Amino acid sequence: MDEEATRDFNERCAQCSEVNWGLTDGGRFYCRSCHNVTERTREVVNTDFITNTRVQTISKGSRKQEKTDGGCEWYVCEGFQLVLKKQAEALEALGVCPQMKDEVLWNFWRCYLQRSKQAYCIRPAGETVKALSVCDSSTDVDSDPERPSLLHVLSLSESEGDLQTDNSFASSTSKVSECTSLCSGSVDGSLYLKKNQKEKLRMTMPMTLSFCYMALLWLREPVTLSDLLRFVVEGHIPYLNVFQHFPEKMKLCGVDLKIFCVESWPAYEEVYNKMLELAVFLELPRFPDITDSCFLHPDMLCMKYLMEANLPDELHNWTCRVVKKIGIGDVDFLTLVPGNKSTAKVKYDILAAAVIVVVLKLLFLLDDKYEWLLSDFAEERNKNNKEGDPYFEFQKWYKVIKCSLDAKQKKLDEERAKYLWRCEKPLFYSAKMKSKVLKRRQMVVNLQNQFGKLAGSVRPAEKPNPSSFQLSWSEENTDGSCFHGHSLKGILQEKCGLLKPMNPDYWLCTVKLCTERSCGHLAHYSREEDFPQSYHFVLRLFSFLLRIQPSYIHDEVCVIEQKLFNKKFYKKAKIQHRSSWLMFSLQ
Amino acid sequence: MAAAPRKNGLLEEEEEVVRSSAPPAGSALLPPLYLPFLPPHFYQPASSHEHKLNFKKSKQACLSYIQDAMLQKQWKRAAEFLTFYVESLEKDYSKEHVGPSEMIWRIGTEILCHHSHSSIKEFNSFMEQMKTLGVKRYLKVCLEHVFHLLCNGLIDEAYQNLSLAESWRFGEQTVIQDKEIKLIQAYRGLLDYCKWSKQKNMLLEHGQDGFEDLSVEQEMHSCFRKAAVNLKEIIKIPGVWDQFVKCYVDLLEFYGDHNEARQVLQEYAYNPKFPANPNAHVYLYQFLKRQGESKKSLISALKNLHDTVPSHELMIDFHLMLQKSKKRKKRRLGLEVIFAVLDYAGWKENVKAWSCLAKQLKQIVISEKHLDWLKQEWSSRKDWWPAFHFSRYLGKKNWQENQSLSYEKALVAGILLGKDGKYFKYVSHQGCKARMKRFRILKKFVHKHNPVYMRISGLSESSGQP
Repeated sequence: MDEEATRDFNERCAQCSEVNWGLTDGGRFYCRSCHNVTERTREVVNTDFITNTRVQTISKGSRKQEKTDGGCEWYVCEGFQLVLKKQAEALEALGVCPQMKDEVLWNFWRCYLQRSKQAYCIRPAGETVKALSVCDSSTDVDSDPERPSLLHVLSLSESEGDLQTDNSFASSTSKVSECTSLCSGSVDGSLYLKKNQKEKLRMTMPMTLSFCYMALLWLREPVTLSDLLRFVVEGHIPYLNVFQHFPEKMKLCGVDLKIFCVESWPAYEEVYNKMLELAVFLELPRFPDITDSCFLHPDMLCMKYLMEANLPDELHNWTCRVVKKIGIGDVDFLTLVPGNKSTAKVKYDILAAAVIVVVLKLLFLLDDKYEWLLSDFAEERNKNNKEGDPYFEFQKWYKVIKCSLDAKQKKLDEERAKYLWRCEKPLFYSAKMKSKVLKRRQMVVNLQNQFGKLAGSVRPAEKPNPSSFQLSWSEENTDGSCFHGHSLKGILQEKCGLLKPMNPDYWLCTVKLCTERSCGHLAHYSREEDFPQSYHFVLRLFSFLLRIQPSYIHDEVCVIEQKLFNKKFYKKAKIQHRSSWLMFSLQ
Repeated sequence: MAAAPRKNGLLEEEEEVVRSSAPPAGSALLPPLYLPFLPPHFYQPASSHEHKLNFKKSKQACLSYIQDAMLQKQWKRAAEFLTFYVESLEKDYSKEHVGPSEMIWRIGTEILCHHSHSSIKEFNSFMEQMKTLGVKRYLKVCLEHVFHLLCNGLIDEAYQNLSLAESWRFGEQTVIQDKEIKLIQAYRGLLDYCKWSKQKNMLLEHGQDGFEDLSVEQEMHSCFRKAAVNLKEIIKIPGVWDQFVKCYVDLLEFYGDHNEARQVLQEYAYNPKFPANPNAHVYLYQFLKRQGESKKSLISALKNLHDTVPSHELMIDFHLMLQKSKKRKKRRLGLEVIFAVLDYAGWKENVKAWSCLAKQLKQIVISEKHLDWLKQEWSSRKDWWPAFHFSRYLGKKNWQENQSLSYEKALVAGILLGKDGKYFKYVSHQGCKARMKRFRILKKFVHKHNPVYMRISGLSESSGQP
């Protein structure tokens, strides 16, 4: 163990205040509790450490430089490492703190390699790749502190192209390639898909995003998962055709295509669930607390979404009250504790959107009648009284949002249809296919040119600038299309010094939640269902903003409603869809 | 795979639920409950996977945008989306029935045909690419290409393309595309015929001047041979080959092979394997007429046409021919034919047709023979002809637009509907007011024969009187 090496280093970890240090292969100290890596390196070369076989170190090894096709040997995990590196760089360019790439994500990745027994470990017996040679060259590592390690590879420029890997891989190469019949450019590509991965979490392309999201969550960066996925689709984060950026010598073919080629956009659920699995697999400790000063706290996110949805700022007061009432703003509720089944798995963005929907239902009922009635009152009042902030008119808001949403949705749909999935550098399954694939590519380019000319100057939709906001409304616009400053006075009434909504009713989206085990959903939503149109509309708005299905938000709305009304609901002992709002008092 | 354990788990759970809810005392007596197996998709939670955008869905969406644009004739927009759709070619592991390459061929052709900025050069290069794209429809693409060239008057290029396509060999594909090759040959034959026809006209012109060119004549005959061979082949296959048949018959007639021509036309008209084709009978009739054949054969050709297309313009000829016949049966058929013609809106204002009918009706009424024919024809029409032909509105309209039409119609109306019919009343009134002699005679005639109307309408004379 490297206890000896770390014995003298007693400082508290800046991240989690623990004193539980380990040593990275680069000779730096890292915190075993939170995987924070310090800038401090061990100064004394301890020869005991070198003989330690638990901490496997990295060396250049005896990588065979040239294969017959001019490519070099490489491993699937190296491919993913490159992908992660590219993604981390992109996130950094978007303004995420540099720690994310060089420390957090890197540590997660290293930990993954170790736990999945791909590196930094003794190969367990019975593995397909049996050969194991304890790194005899590990002495190099310590004697040459300048030597690049995997850690540094992440920040290396790709032109160097010479990736590092576990020494044991290289030595087992011959065996691997002998026993594979499937063709692949990588050394272990065919094995990778064949292996029984029950105890391991096999790396996939969507999982690279799970890694990124996990790192962002760890650092409590102001990026939600829906933001992250949108950035991917908009092309700000490399994902599709990311293999383009692989060094020339890393040839992809055969099964590598299955591993690295992406044929679809990442799905929210998939990335999220994999992230949870990953956190358990890596045995990560409790994540840093999500407090009310964090961007991911529902109060914060509600504010953001209220702005984006062009709703009055005053509504924030109400979302905060709902959040407080049902305790979904608590640190313990919000903070991710991997593996702890009793704690909720919070999807911050969906939760916040659902809170807003519930508040809209509380204040406006959204039954296709009451909200219009209120709107008529407000309109009347605004006509007669031009002083002060105008009263919020639901109808006006609906018109403005509907118009803008329809236009954006249309644009988005067209962009999806116009998306170019292929890159300049086509992939082929085998050398046999090469000429055919290249010919096809050429024909596609020719046809694109020919019809492009007929279409006038058409280029694929230009990348929008990365922004957390998809819709923006400004008070400076004089056309009155911004509702942020509008007042809720028309829909509230004062009682005993407290402002209460005039709306006395509420309707529940569902009487009873389903169990996720039985049907996979907590609730059921479809566009055809008999919900009021206003409700459908509000869900559509948030589903557009988060780029997820409306049913996800609907499910969350149902959960919140259950929490909000549960006690009253059962006390009344009779099932009724509309429970009295008056019984529901907010502090 | 993933559904299997889930399924078991759920079933067990449900069974447990059933057990626990059963009354404890009698539970031993209850037979175990066997639940039916639900299809796996009931257990699979519907995940976001079904909704996530992938290559295929993106391209499908693109395709429907193209279709929308094409329906609205927005060729520029269609071209724009097509540039994104062509990428689907690169997904060569899809084996759908109508693959993207066929879509691209069809859509691309359509766009290039209609887009204002496309040129023949561009069209040619597109077609060449499409030919290399799918050997399975190589010849179809060739044909389509040729049609486009022909439409643009590029006959020589079209001929060249047809010759090239004819010599195309590609293993068993050549055999599979047997029908297409026949078509290609037929179209080449058609172009050979055009050449022949041009040279023929040239020779005839010069022949009048006493000038003869042997080489032109030789070339003309060689064109004839080339055309005849290919045309003969295609018309053996059941189908609608109007153009080919006409040209082939023209060739045969020119060289005096009337028997062959007659055979071809009869085969084309009467072979039950061929789809019903009115034109086949028309061609046969015209040929027989040219040959000065007997009335009998002409009538039989037109009878077939009458059976398939009772509203054909040749029906007037047919009626006249039947009218002249001495046989009652034929004259009876003639009445049927002319009535049938006027059932169609296209003939409503045709003076010739009305005068034919009027003439035959007049004959019948005067002779008072065959009133039963009239009664029979009228019985199926008396419900709707008055509104269709003999309304007051039409009377007014016909009178204003075409007096001879209104005269013939008024005669027919007077006979069929009596002197009190709206049409007759209006027209005869107008005619008498204008002091036109023939209308006065018409009025007299109708008044005189009014009882005929009673009889054919099934009204007895006594009860018919008001």
